[in-house]
Amino acid sequence: MSELTMVEALRSGMREAMHADASVVLLGEDVGRVGGVFRVSDGLRDEFGPARVIDTPLSEGGIVGTAIGMAMHGLRPIAEIQFADFIYPAFDQLVNEAAKIRYRSGGQFSVPLVVRAPYGGGIKGGHYHSQSPEAYFTHTAGLKVVCPSNPRDAKGLLRAAIDDPDPVIFFEPKRIYRAVRDEVPDEIRVPLGKAEIVREGADVTLIAYGAMLYEALAAAEEVAREGIEVELVDLRTLIPLDLETLEASVNKTGRFVVVHEAPLTSGFGAEIVSRLTERCFYALEAPPIRVTGFDTPFPYTLEDVYLPLARRIAPALRKAMED
Amino acid sequence: MLLIRRFEEESARAYAQGKIGGFLHLYIGQESIAVAAASLLREGDTVFQTYRDHGTALAMGMSPEAAMAELFGKDTGCSRGLGGSMHFFDAARGFLGGWGIVGGHVALAAGAAFRNKYLGVDNVTLCFFGEGATNIGGFHEAMSLAGLWKLPAVFICENNQYAMGTPLSRTSPLSDLSVKAAGYGMPGDRFEGYDVELVRERLGAAVERARRGEGPTFIEIETYRFRGHSMSDPGKYRTSEELEERKKKDPIRIARDRLRETGADEAALEAIEDEVEEAIEAALKHAEEAPPAKEEVMMSTVTVEEFR
Repeated sequence: MSELTMVEALRSGMREAMHADASVVLLGEDVGRVGGVFRVSDGLRDEFGPARVIDTPLSEGGIVGTAIGMAMHGLRPIAEIQFADFIYPAFDQLVNEAAKIRYRSGGQFSVPLVVRAPYGGGIKGGHYHSQSPEAYFTHTAGLKVVCPSNPRDAKGLLRAAIDDPDPVIFFEPKRIYRAVRDEVPDEIRVPLGKAEIVREGADVTLIAYGAMLYEALAAAEEVAREGIEVELVDLRTLIPLDLETLEASVNKTGRFVVVHEAPLTSGFGAEIVSRLTERCFYALEAPPIRVTGFDTPFPYTLEDVYLPLARRIAPALRKAMED
Repeated sequence: MLLIRRFEEESARAYAQGKIGGFLHLYIGQESIAVAAASLLREGDTVFQTYRDHGTALAMGMSPEAAMAELFGKDTGCSRGLGGSMHFFDAARGFLGGWGIVGGHVALAAGAAFRNKYLGVDNVTLCFFGEGATNIGGFHEAMSLAGLWKLPAVFICENNQYAMGTPLSRTSPLSDLSVKAAGYGMPGDRFEGYDVELVRERLGAAVERARRGEGPTFIEIETYRFRGHSMSDPGKYRTSEELEERKKKDPIRIARDRLRETGADEAALEAIEDEVEEAIEAALKHAEEAPPAKEEVMMSTVTVEEFR
């Protein structure tokens, strides 16, 4: 057990996995000598050698495609995409190939692949270093989508993702890469598909993931001073979606608000609202509310306007209590 | 070669009868390449092919029953009827798939070859694609990585002259695609694919080079498909004279003539033909009678544990 940032926790998870299993390799742009653009893999090349911590050319389609081939043929690759914004050149590989191989082959081949990608705003990255593309991948059967909110979960979910026999897209909230420290156990696993109730409350369910969890928590604490008790749920994984936990919470509170950085239209919040409306319709006391990024490109200067920060979440919670 | 030819002729017939749905891309005319390639493989080698994949799978030893059942969408097909014509797989024989997205599989082949190098085994990966694929980005990215990492792979462009209906002259500034190899720091080779023995010899040199750990080779093989791009393509973009001229180089005719010249007796050749006919008949019978693809298999085969 040690006190780690998310960056350190992720590195620790990869190190443990590489020690445990020689078939685990890491590849990506600058992951080796440089240790990754955010230094997540710092030191791993020295420890495991250039054959296992592999610097690649600028070639997202090639990185992910090669990793899929490795995974089909007995390795357990971790492919790093420098910024989630750069994952689109590999979109075809993920959606058309990785996601469908098990099905297409009648179950003969699986793809134990993890694609790690720092996502989201908060570092003044502008349009091409701030996006949250998770919803595109949740629309593809065969891909699992993970988004941790703290160092402990980051390591535990990463270990679970590496163990998993199917492809996992692992979005890392770079805004909080170094912002929080946690006690992180050795050899921890956090199972995919299990949400966590971060804060219990009887009045309204607040659903968030990744970096926005902290904004949601701040908003929950703000409205608690006004007597509104928020139940905050950290999704942790989008696919598989832990509908049981969400449903139980919403059946209890009768109200819910969903938060994500990604734009509103066809964001993952739309799916959550649909599913919970289908399942909890008669328990609902108020319309669901989404607090999200806007339907614009991610802004450089107006980052704090775009992001669904606590100051936008708290009014949504109050509104949910009005009806 | 004859087994592949007859398998595909009969699958075309079954398609016309509505027993096979969707798409069916025939390899007729190109059989020598798959057969030569398969003859070079050892246990542990792996092969990636495009959606024109029946020939390669059969050459590698897939049973005609499993292949035909897959075309018919049956549960006993090689991909349990979930894949169909373009998506043959045979894990036991190292056939890592027919791939439907042009150029999408080339990087995957690099990844499989990487595994061989990583484990220090002398297995090789063969990756087939058409000349159309050499224009797509996935090809470029994969070839760059394979050249950089000196992977034990052979990248084989089966240049059958037409990317669907468009001839190479209208899609590439090059008439000799093998020069692309230089851009990826690997040797290139280029030859005609009509004589199975010649293909085996030239392809064999590249395979051995990869086995010795000397890196990948890019090979362009000139070939010609006698049928349209798929069953829905009447092939009006080429003249019947061109087709007749090309059929003079039919790999099966060349092989049969060679066998006769070198003293194979007619009875032995006829016995092979009879054997093939029996195998195809059995495959068709099997495919007709096999149970259809199952809904529960569809739902449970997306991921290892049920996808949700």
